[in-house]
Amino acid sequence: MADKPRSFQEIILRLQTYWASKGCAILQPYDMEVGAGTFHPATTLRALGSKAWAAAYVQPSRRPTDGRYGENPNRLQHYYQYQVLIKPSPPDLQELYLGSLKAIGIDASLHDIRFVEDDWESPTLGAWGLGWEVWCDGMEVSQFTYFQQVGGYDCKPVSGELTYGLERLAMYILGVDHVMDMSFNDPQSPSPLTYRDVFKQTEEEYARWNFDVADTDILLQHFKDAEAECQRILEQPAEDPKTGKRIIMAHPAYDQCIKASHLFNLLDARGVISVTERQAYIGRVRALAKQCADAFVQTEAGGAAA
Amino acid sequence: MPDLLIELFSEEIPARMQTRAADDLKKLVTDGLVEAGLTYAGAAAFSTPRRLALSLDGLSAESPKLKEEKKGPPIDGNPKAIMGYMRSLGMEAPDSWYADKIDALRTGEVITFSESSILFVQEVKGKRVLMATLEYLPRTAADIIAEVLEKTIRNFPWPKSMRWGDGPLKWVRPLHSIICILSDDAGAQVVPVDIDGIASGDRTRGHRFLAPDAFSVTGFDDYEAKLKRANVILRADERAELIWHDATNQAFALGLEVVEDRGLLAEVAGLVEWPVVLLGQIADDFLGLPPELLQTSMKEHQKFFSVRNPKTSRIERFVTVANMETADHGATILAGNQKVLFARLADAKFFWENDLRVAKAGMDPWLESLSNVTFHNKLGSQKDRIDRIAALAREIAPAVGADPDLAEQAARVAKADLSSEMVYEFPELQGLMGRYYATEAGLDASVAAACQEHYSPLGPSDDVPTAPVSVAVALADKIDTLTGFWAIDEKPTGSKDPFALRRAALGVIRLVLENGNKVPLTAAIDGHGQQRFSVVGIPLHKDRSLTETISANAFDLLSFFHDRLKVFLKDKGIRHDIIDACIAMPGNDDLTLLVKRAEALAATLATDDGENLIQGFKRANNILTQAEEKDGVEYSYGADIKFAEDDAEKALFVALDAADAKIAPAMAAEDFSTAMAAMAAIRPAVDAFFTDVQVNADSQVLRRNRLNLLSRIRNICLSVADLTKIEG
Repeated sequence: MADKPRSFQEIILRLQTYWASKGCAILQPYDMEVGAGTFHPATTLRALGSKAWAAAYVQPSRRPTDGRYGENPNRLQHYYQYQVLIKPSPPDLQELYLGSLKAIGIDASLHDIRFVEDDWESPTLGAWGLGWEVWCDGMEVSQFTYFQQVGGYDCKPVSGELTYGLERLAMYILGVDHVMDMSFNDPQSPSPLTYRDVFKQTEEEYARWNFDVADTDILLQHFKDAEAECQRILEQPAEDPKTGKRIIMAHPAYDQCIKASHLFNLLDARGVISVTERQAYIGRVRALAKQCADAFVQTEAGGAAA
Repeated sequence: MPDLLIELFSEEIPARMQTRAADDLKKLVTDGLVEAGLTYAGAAAFSTPRRLALSLDGLSAESPKLKEEKKGPPIDGNPKAIMGYMRSLGMEAPDSWYADKIDALRTGEVITFSESSILFVQEVKGKRVLMATLEYLPRTAADIIAEVLEKTIRNFPWPKSMRWGDGPLKWVRPLHSIICILSDDAGAQVVPVDIDGIASGDRTRGHRFLAPDAFSVTGFDDYEAKLKRANVILRADERAELIWHDATNQAFALGLEVVEDRGLLAEVAGLVEWPVVLLGQIADDFLGLPPELLQTSMKEHQKFFSVRNPKTSRIERFVTVANMETADHGATILAGNQKVLFARLADAKFFWENDLRVAKAGMDPWLESLSNVTFHNKLGSQKDRIDRIAALAREIAPAVGADPDLAEQAARVAKADLSSEMVYEFPELQGLMGRYYATEAGLDASVAAACQEHYSPLGPSDDVPTAPVSVAVALADKIDTLTGFWAIDEKPTGSKDPFALRRAALGVIRLVLENGNKVPLTAAIDGHGQQRFSVVGIPLHKDRSLTETISANAFDLLSFFHDRLKVFLKDKGIRHDIIDACIAMPGNDDLTLLVKRAEALAATLATDDGENLIQGFKRANNILTQAEEKDGVEYSYGADIKFAEDDAEKALFVALDAADAKIAPAMAAEDFSTAMAAMAAIRPAVDAFFTDVQVNADSQVLRRNRLNLLSRIRNICLSVADLTKIEG
């Protein structure tokens, strides 16, 4: 393996290889629209309960309000996060993390790597943790968090969560000033592709839709539908009348919570949510997340006795 | 006398918590040791991003033998109570055993238990009660330290703490190792402590990247020296000094100076164990940005120091402090930092240029958008608020020597920058940006200055604006805020003051007093307040309109101002009773007048005449009040010198006439010093009168005339202040 990665995808592949070598299950992105890698049930739900867990994955993430039609060198409405969650947090998590930086070409003897206080809180997930943002030469390259609570539950044991903002990190490693100029695949390959080739057009399309075209009445209706469906799922009796098995549908309910959260983000980007309403919407999503957490801890994966 | 070294080694501790944590460690451990009977000669605590350390020297090797008396219940009382008491002393035995012992104690026997503690019966105030003399045997320092350290770690007062892994222990971030050693001439010895699997030892680690290997230490001096060899400077002040020294030297070499920032220096010293100062460039594109903007952006986002050209006052470079020495002498680190800064400043420049476009066109879109921003849901939008402030600023303007048109205009644009992109990004730049934008909009310089200055004074040490337009807007802003929150009953209570209303009231007091302005507060709060708030149109109480509410609260708000004024003047050495005496006078909503009166009264009371006149006044007032009560009449008029018999009595008439002649015109001119000096001047005549003359004479004519004379004393004294409020 060459010392310095040459493309965006090589950085991702090296992270995958590294965390696989450290014992993480390499999962695939969750197949829904989310605002951050934390929303993946492999993080949110699996941080709950007593069972050990170790997973790493790329998560495409969407933040409609950050769309800039692909023109801002650092801002995108669709971007990638790399997420690692290990429960219980191992005592050498900082060293493991620094090892991952080395794997993607950041030589700690040449750079200034710092752990700067940054506490994490997700009002929509009813979650918080303490940790740092990790700086490399003054730039934030990752978030490092010890989860203390999720969905209102104390995390016992505590999970260690690492989140890498892949575009920013890759731009830094590859020495690129505008995200669109970044090599997506190997620049020496027969069909070299830049980030522009892959995403410039979609950034424009989504920015226009997010800001000006999305039908807010429909979005509002979808939000209400997702909220209602989430609750309806959770109200079902634990025992499935057809199979006679105990099947608590925590994940399908949580999917509706994810939907509601993303719809809220879209409505926010359309500018139809006032400052006072904002808190109320966040509270509604949090209530769903809390109920999903309540359901998950009663399942086997959530640590309940089978 | 051994020395103690403790180190608690963890993952990175937030910079803002380190100093306090070191102090807490010192206090908790030393308090615990002293409470257990140990003594020590000296203690010092230290912090770095990854460790808290404590060094104690001259610690006593063991606690002394201690004796304690513990009184028990009466020996003839309930045997259950006696048994409970004996158990509390550590005597555990079958019930029958206690019965035997109680009998023995009754006969006067002394029972010895746990080595040399004793239990016996003693007569206390005629009652035979149990009494124990407990003896505590000496404990070794190591024993006590282990107990105190464990308690300290488990109960450490971190502002925020966390769990990690699958343990229950809480610390600010995961705790990795503990040094706890006692050392003396014979060598060092580990004090064994085990906290949830973290066992104490004598080993630590150096710098995370430069010297990561573990090493052993034998005592504090060895510890500090080895840390330095392992690229860790233990002392925060040493790190701060080194940073400041290197930064100023590097800047000086280029003819530049580092902008001093103590808070930032302390923070940066808490982010590094091995500071390496690097001086970086700011790209030319950004040198035209306002210096405050550069400084704020670099400090808030990057924790950079600003480096200024003293000739031009422009920020031209920055200093960043790395925690790393590299083979390329920091070239890669500096290049990375410069790149991050470039991106940050590109954002800032983008906002600044967008804002300038809006500002040059007159700021209308900002002002319009403020109607969509809620100030408080019961007090309307920011736009409503601005309308009120503008109206009040115009009203107040003449009283503070400002042009009413300019004052109103300034109030209208003073909050416009709240809608700008720059202030959204950096809220701490509000006001300052307003000044830049108002200047760009071509507004009068006094209006631009008011945009920045109308927030002042923000605290007791903040300067008070003096420019009349700024003063008018600053007063209008604060008075409107107070009137509004009083009307909706959101007054400060106890320690709760979420809208900083005490600070607003103190701001009004300082603005008025330090500029010597006459601003009648009642009109601003009440009459004008009713007009201003009538536009909001939100009913505040079911059965009362907003204007009625404001009126009803005006008196209460004025009392709040008076309370704050008392606190303010108390710090300036003026007694509360003096202020009360002046508050009781008319015109008390004019704070300048009120304070002038109070100062004159305080000065007068500080003189011999003044102090004694108070006694004379009180005597006159007492005699008069009693006589008026007894006779059912008011002696207020008609004292005539022709009925005066005694010389002292005649002299008093003359003195009072002289005082009256001076006091009336002086009061009319609000010259309280002259008025009060004239008042104090009657003191010899009053004293002589009370010495030589009997008021309650047999002759009713004489008595009535004398009582009327006393009434003149009272009138003169009460005409300057309500002296009945003066204590003593």
